[in-house]
Amino acid sequence: MPSTAQILDWLTIAKPYIIMGLVVAVWPLVSGYIVLMERKVMADMQVRLGPMRVGPHGLLQPIADALKLLIKEDIIPARVDKWVFWFAPVIPVLTALTAFAVLPFSQRYFVAELNVGVIFILAMTSIGVLGIMLGGWASNSSYPLLGALRSTAQLVSYEVAMGFAVVAAVMVAGSLDMVNIVKHQQASGVWFIFYQPIGFFIYLVAAMAETNRAPFDMPEAESELVAGFMTEYSGFRWALYFLAEYSNIFVVCSIATTLFFGGWLRPFPNVAWLNFLDWAPAVMLVGVGAGCLYLAGKQLSAANKIGMGVLGAAIIAVGLAFGVPMVIDYVSGPFWFLFKVAVMIYMFMWARFTFPRYRYDQLMQLGWKWMIPLGMANLLVTGVLILVKMQYWSAK
Amino acid sequence: MDAVLFFLFAGIALAGAINLIRESHPIYSALSLVAVMGALAGLYLMLGAEFIAVVQIIVYAGAIMVLFVFVLMLVNAAPEVKLDRSKMAKNVGPPLLTLLLVEIVAVLRGKYPTSDLVHPSLLSGDNTRQIGKLLFSKFLLPFEVTSILILVAIMGAVVLGKRRPDDSR
Repeated sequence: MPSTAQILDWLTIAKPYIIMGLVVAVWPLVSGYIVLMERKVMADMQVRLGPMRVGPHGLLQPIADALKLLIKEDIIPARVDKWVFWFAPVIPVLTALTAFAVLPFSQRYFVAELNVGVIFILAMTSIGVLGIMLGGWASNSSYPLLGALRSTAQLVSYEVAMGFAVVAAVMVAGSLDMVNIVKHQQASGVWFIFYQPIGFFIYLVAAMAETNRAPFDMPEAESELVAGFMTEYSGFRWALYFLAEYSNIFVVCSIATTLFFGGWLRPFPNVAWLNFLDWAPAVMLVGVGAGCLYLAGKQLSAANKIGMGVLGAAIIAVGLAFGVPMVIDYVSGPFWFLFKVAVMIYMFMWARFTFPRYRYDQLMQLGWKWMIPLGMANLLVTGVLILVKMQYWSAK
Repeated sequence: MDAVLFFLFAGIALAGAINLIRESHPIYSALSLVAVMGALAGLYLMLGAEFIAVVQIIVYAGAIMVLFVFVLMLVNAAPEVKLDRSKMAKNVGPPLLTLLLVEIVAVLRGKYPTSDLVHPSLLSGDNTRQIGKLLFSKFLLPFEVTSILILVAIMGAVVLGKRRPDDSR
């Protein structure tokens, strides 16, 4: 019989693997629900209802979609480069999921604390574009090739601006380690967005361009290129591209949260009289559960009534569990991290449904003539300010 | 474990390099080169040089190889035709290559004892900081010269890409 200490030891060793397994297993489902969220947000902004048929309020829609995609025929057009066509969609998924390894969900939950975490993620996203390029090229067809070329040019341009924005924030933190960056924000008591508002703006724009999101979705502009680089893809391989896209969105939003919004920290982490904010996860979940119960009464069919009721009860139960003082310490970190990331993702969707698509030359002009010079200026000013501050402190 | 990983990465790098030469299609060659770069980054990582490993991926596998593939796609490079023209390369090449390899191995084996060939985690601590300090102190001159070289290259690209007045017709 192993002792408790031994079991704890094994758990510490196994922790990265457990988190890794959990993320890889749960993430496809979560990304499915992000798609549902996107459709619901879009519907809301366009005064529609969005998906309503599958399950109460369309809550089972992602599962239906995933099943459909999985059992669809995997069509490989006759004149494609077969080997590359098969392999290309795997690359962006692989790199995006690798980037998950250094995301600090809280000070306890992360797979690896790499001392170059931030640039590790940038490296992964810079390889991910190979999947898009190769997919477009291997399809051996005009629209995918055009989409792939656009995507590459766009990514290469905006990567520079994104790098400048990230470096500015890293300079303020004095560390490339994702966990340390958050700890620095805790020590200074200020989120870095207040030190780096311009940096955050550049990062946001560049991140939207990096993830091929509207208003920068030139690579898959439906009105011009059918579906861009994934025109020839169908079924599971198409789903892989979608999974990669949403994984990348999650990753860039996580970097934004970590660099600019204090990662897993709750708002005002050092202010004692705001400690009641620790109860926010519990209150929020119970509120959402109560909302579900209220909506359950309004459902028309009996199945939907029961489904919604059970969901509401489950959420309330989890919320109540989160209210136990012993548990709060473990859940508040991941809760705030995921909450901030969700708000960032909402901003991405907001931008998508608000701004019209840029024209290609406008996109390049914005990138090279505005974002990169602005990023350089921001970097310069940040450096000078840090030097002045260091000088001041050493003189004192 | 370290030995296994070393031979894994080294094997990938070698296989990629050989495939790079063997393939007749430029895109496959470029992909092999990406694999080589990735494997080298893995080797750096094993030595504890995280910063170098990640920069290797960003600069070589990410930026440079993406641009390679981009250009290959833009000009739609077709598989090259092998002509087998040079008899000298065919007959004298392999023996000379073997000789060179044997020589390299011999010199390396003479210079370094086999016991400490691989040093996993040779570098430790925050080597990003150390690299930064070295770049701006000991290696300042090479660093600045490289910067000027890159600046010249950028200006060359601008001059080449600039539209001349008589082009507008």
